[in-house]
Amino acid sequence: MIRLEPAGAEALLLVLADRPDAQLPQRLAQLAEAVRAELGELLTDLVPGWTSLLLHYDLCRTDHLDLAARLTPLLERWLAEPLSVQPGHLHEIPIWYAGADLPEIATACDLSVAQVIELHSSTEYRVGAIGFAPGFAYLGELHERLALPRRATPRTHVPAGSLAIAERQTAVYPQASPGGWHLLGLCPQSFFDVRRTPPCPLLLGDRVRFLPIGESAFRAAGGRS
Amino acid sequence: MSGLRVLKPGPLSLLQDAGRRGWQHLGVSPSGALDGHAAAWANHLLGNPWGTPLLEIALGDVQLRSEVDTWLALTGADLPASIEGQPLPGWSRFPLRAGQCLRLGFARSGQRAYLAAAGGFQAAAVLGSVSAQSREGFGGLDGQGGKLRVGDLLPCAAAHLPRAASVPWPYQPSYRGTPLLRVITGGDAVEFAEEQLQAFFEQGWQLSPQSDRMGARLQGEPLQAPSRQWSLGVNRGAIQVPPDGQPIILQADHQTMGGYPILGWLHPLDLWRLAQSPAQQAVRFTPVSVSDAQAELREFYRFFGR
Repeated sequence: MIRLEPAGAEALLLVLADRPDAQLPQRLAQLAEAVRAELGELLTDLVPGWTSLLLHYDLCRTDHLDLAARLTPLLERWLAEPLSVQPGHLHEIPIWYAGADLPEIATACDLSVAQVIELHSSTEYRVGAIGFAPGFAYLGELHERLALPRRATPRTHVPAGSLAIAERQTAVYPQASPGGWHLLGLCPQSFFDVRRTPPCPLLLGDRVRFLPIGESAFRAAGGRS
Repeated sequence: MSGLRVLKPGPLSLLQDAGRRGWQHLGVSPSGALDGHAAAWANHLLGNPWGTPLLEIALGDVQLRSEVDTWLALTGADLPASIEGQPLPGWSRFPLRAGQCLRLGFARSGQRAYLAAAGGFQAAAVLGSVSAQSREGFGGLDGQGGKLRVGDLLPCAAAHLPRAASVPWPYQPSYRGTPLLRVITGGDAVEFAEEQLQAFFEQGWQLSPQSDRMGARLQGEPLQAPSRQWSLGVNRGAIQVPPDGQPIILQADHQTMGGYPILGWLHPLDLWRLAQSPAQQAVRFTPVSVSDAQAELREFYRFFGR
C-alpha cells in the first residue's frame, strides 16, 4: 500500500512498502531516477530510505498536493513496469578482517573467527540506503547467523574505514564517528571524497562483495589503523 | 582579496549560507544558518541576495579589524557592538573603514548573531555551499568545516553604501520570554497514544544544554513513543522521540536519515526562534496546520527574494 503524506511544510514522504525486500532498493533507485528526471526542478533533495522516498521540495514552486498529483502517473507507470533485471554495479571492496569486536562476534554467534569471515565475505550485498553520514551505505542482507543486536552502549569513537555489522546489515564507516555497530574489519578505501565525481562510489541498488586481505595488503593500499 | 582580520574569533563563529542542497541522498547534511530569519535580514540590509555567505557568531566575543573600506550588517542575538568605542545599534548596517576595529561583546539575549558584508564573505564552496559543517569536515573558511581562528582573514570586497539603515523595529524580534513554537503534526503521530500527544502540547519543556547545531534536545516528562523499524529520510524541524521519551528537534546540521519515530515538524519560521533560545530555556508547543505554515513561509521567501 503506497502512502503519500506531507513531512512538514517543505517535504513529501512517499512510503512504498511496509518492509524492504531484496528488489526494493533497486526499484527505489529506478523510481528516484524517474522522479529526478521529471520533477527534479521542483525538488531540492531526494532521499531514498529502506522503504521510502523523502522529497524535499521548493515551496516557491510547488507543494505536497501539487507534487502528489504529479507523482501519481509516475507511480502508476513504476508499478506497472516489470522488474528490471539490471544487475547493478558490482564493487569489490578489500577488507582486513581485524576489527576490535571480531572475537566477541564469533563467540556471540557460536562460530569460529574463520567462519565469521567466510560467512561475511561470501555474501553479495545490496546498497539498501545511503545516509546517516556522507557515504555511509547500508548493505543488506547479512547472513542470519551473523545477526546481532546493536551494542548496548555505542562507542564514542569508531575509526574511519571500520567495517561493521548490526541486525541484518553491514556497512563501512566513511568517517570517524560515534557508532553502535560491531566492528568486524578495516577497509583501506575511502567512501566519500568531495574531489571525486560522484563523491560517493556506492549508489543505491549497487552490489558489494568484500575481499579478505592481510595486514600488509591493507597497509600497502594506504590503510591506517 | 582584502577583508576583515580576526583578532578574537569567539567560541564558535562559522561561515554559513543557505546550506548544501542536492547531496542528501549521499548522506551529506544540508547545514546553513541556524537562524535563517536573522541571516536573511542581515543580507537584506546590504542588498545581498538570499543565502549570501555570512558569519554566524555563537554567543559573541568577537573582534575584527578591517583591512578594507566596507559596509557590514549585524542582526540576531542582542550583544554590545562598537567601532572604536562608538556603540552600534543592533539590526542595522554600518560602514567599517580600513584600520578600524569592530568589537562584539557577549550576547545579552539570543544565542547567535549574524554579521554580513556587502557582497558577502568569499570562500571556496564545497559541494555547492560554503556552510561550515564541523562533523563532516566540509565548508567554512578552510574548506574543512573549521570555525573562525585568530589571524584568519574573512575576505570581502570594498563597498560603499549611501547611508546607514536599520530593520524597522516591529520586525526586530525579542529573544526573551518563553517561546510558543508551532508544530505541524504528522509522521508517526498517529502511532502515539492520544494522551501522549496531548502531553507533548500541554506540558512545558526545557531546552537541554546538550543541544547543538545538529539538534535541539528537550527535557520534560518523558513521552511514550511507538517504535519504528526502518530508517527513512529526515528533514529540518522533525521532532524525533527516541526511546527515552525526550524529544529532539532536528536543526541545520541534521543527519539525512533517521530511525526514531517522528511526532511532527516545527513550523520553519519558529525553528529560527528555537535557535536563539539558550540552554534551560522553557519552551511550549501549539499545533498549526500545514497550509497555514506554508502560506506564511511563502510570504517570507517572497519578501527576501528567495
